[in-house]
Amino acid sequence: MTDRFLLSRRQLLKTSAAGAALGLASAAFPVSRAFAASATVGFIYVGPKDDYGYNQAHAEGAATLKAIEGITVVEEENVPETVDVQKTMESMINLDGASLIFPTSFGYFDPHMLAMCAKFPNVQFRHCGGMWDKAKHPMNAGSYFGYIGMGQYLNGVVAGHTSKTKKLGFVAAKPIPQVLLNINSFLLGARSVDPTITCQVIFTGEWSLAVKEAEATNALVDQGADVITCHVDSPKVVVETAAGRGAFVCGYHANQSPLAPEKYLTGAEWNWAKVYKMFVDDLVAGTPLPNFTRGGLADGFVKMSPLGPAVGEAGRKQFDATLAEMMKGGFAVIKGPLKSNKGAVVATAGQAFPETAIELESMDYLVEGVVGSTA
Amino acid sequence: MDATEIGLWGVPLAILGGAIRVSTPFIFVSLGEAITERSGRINLGLEGTLVFGAMTAYAVAVMTNSPWLGLLAAAFAGLFFGLFHGWICKFRGVNDIAIGIALMLFGSGLAFFFGKPFIKPKAPNLPAIPFGGWSDIPQVQAALDVNVLFLIGAVLSVILWWAFRNTRAGLIVRVVGDSSDAARAMGLNPDTVRLLATGVGGALAGIGGAYLSLYYPGSWTERISSGQGLMAVALVIFARWNPLGCFAAALLFGGAGALGPALQSVGVTQGYYLFYAAPYILTLIIMIVTSSPTRTLAGAPGELSITK
Repeated sequence: MTDRFLLSRRQLLKTSAAGAALGLASAAFPVSRAFAASATVGFIYVGPKDDYGYNQAHAEGAATLKAIEGITVVEEENVPETVDVQKTMESMINLDGASLIFPTSFGYFDPHMLAMCAKFPNVQFRHCGGMWDKAKHPMNAGSYFGYIGMGQYLNGVVAGHTSKTKKLGFVAAKPIPQVLLNINSFLLGARSVDPTITCQVIFTGEWSLAVKEAEATNALVDQGADVITCHVDSPKVVVETAAGRGAFVCGYHANQSPLAPEKYLTGAEWNWAKVYKMFVDDLVAGTPLPNFTRGGLADGFVKMSPLGPAVGEAGRKQFDATLAEMMKGGFAVIKGPLKSNKGAVVATAGQAFPETAIELESMDYLVEGVVGSTA
Repeated sequence: MDATEIGLWGVPLAILGGAIRVSTPFIFVSLGEAITERSGRINLGLEGTLVFGAMTAYAVAVMTNSPWLGLLAAAFAGLFFGLFHGWICKFRGVNDIAIGIALMLFGSGLAFFFGKPFIKPKAPNLPAIPFGGWSDIPQVQAALDVNVLFLIGAVLSVILWWAFRNTRAGLIVRVVGDSSDAARAMGLNPDTVRLLATGVGGALAGIGGAYLSLYYPGSWTERISSGQGLMAVALVIFARWNPLGCFAAALLFGGAGALGPALQSVGVTQGYYLFYAAPYILTLIIMIVTSSPTRTLAGAPGELSITK
């Protein structure tokens, strides 16, 4: 609440100061200067924007926009996935004049962002995730996401070479398609090294619960998992706890190697700067913004952390070879014959779902070898 | 079965380990709140104090490279917050619950503000005492790595329990909490006693925060507490204002909280949301079983604004 009041007051001060300056300037220099196209872009984060994870990855992307002339970036962090985010969007539009808004958290989309799309048809909304559907949703909305599952596959390759117990651990937040794809990719990456490897998953139920994530990591290590990765908003706790227990870790969202330099193998990172610049370039140029934006390693949406000192020669080789294969495009993590861990066939022999396959965005299963349940 | 696989034994072990690891902040905050409430005030701001304590401890530990100085700083920060609460509540017509809520938001907000530059650096952790040396199973050793603060909390709860019955200071706190008029008749100043009791309560909550950021989970993030301070305040009522009860309730909460992840790790993967609700379901059951329609809440200080 206070943030919004501050925002409005700050905006008031800014506007009046600008008005005064403009008045002075026009008095002093009667010839007005042509301004470059200007726009205000709003970013909304569900957590703190320096969390060593999801929000930090977005905020780093947003920060690069500030260097572009004429672009004003407004941000609000710690916005819950409730009606609060609607108020934040309204104030960004009404008070800051934002014409493009990025609500970056999964739960912002329905019903909050959709309500705002209907209320402000002239404002563009782009949501991070895979929710936008042309048949159901308005055209001033859209979604963007990266094929980070490929990164988790590469994590799995390295984990498969490093694990001695042949048991991997995955601390996950909620069983949504993107998280399930990451878990499945991590295991399949490891199984490309040794098909007997299993992966235990623990869902914490929330995007950010430090103590529960630490408990989950401890429980996984107790059960013999010796490489841990995660899909939570802030992997800091998981990385530190796992390394503290002597397990290896693969990172997620951002580079966490400074937290555990010896135990960090590699990590799947976002590169949002590229995506946001693309949108803003379109906005400035006046071309319509794409509604459906996806990209992977080859497009520069996703990148890998440098390999850590614990990765052996064989692991390095297969990592480089797989990465090179992925950069060519068309690489399929989910390919038949493949069963879910409940025994259902998810891909028949010869069937392959490359990263661009839209079916992957509605994934509701864990593959054979993953110990865990989606509900 | 080799040494790295302990199978179903992981569940009781995780509950034990979880009880020891997770309970410490609950112990300190609830003991602090027990002192404050025994003196007749409610300080709901301890959630904010906990978060601010966590931030202060981490920041000072980063700057001085000493976790002990961080702990001390957190205790002082908590003391300051407690005294502030006690001082404001001295004025006529001030509602302690409302001030508590204000201080909760203020403490968290201030901690976020000052804590920004300390999210990235790494602080030295408080040491743990390995009680699991007798076992050669690494899981048992890990579960029995007990932090000194947990032991201090355990000893403190016994001391407080004894002190409330047998020491002059303990009796003064209780009489002020039960009847301001009686306390005044004895020549005591209720405001001063409550000021000190709230200050001590805040200091203990600050120490609880230091445990969060300097031992388990052991890093400073804005989501570090996720409501543990509020939960601990509720535990005091659950424990009937008895320090030993606070300790037991904190252990129960810590252990029950470890149940969800532990069950998933051994393959019981269905219905984990239900297991995560275990601490709350347990609380409800105990509350229902121990409540009685024929008598009022046993042990409630008479001057508490919720019981008056």
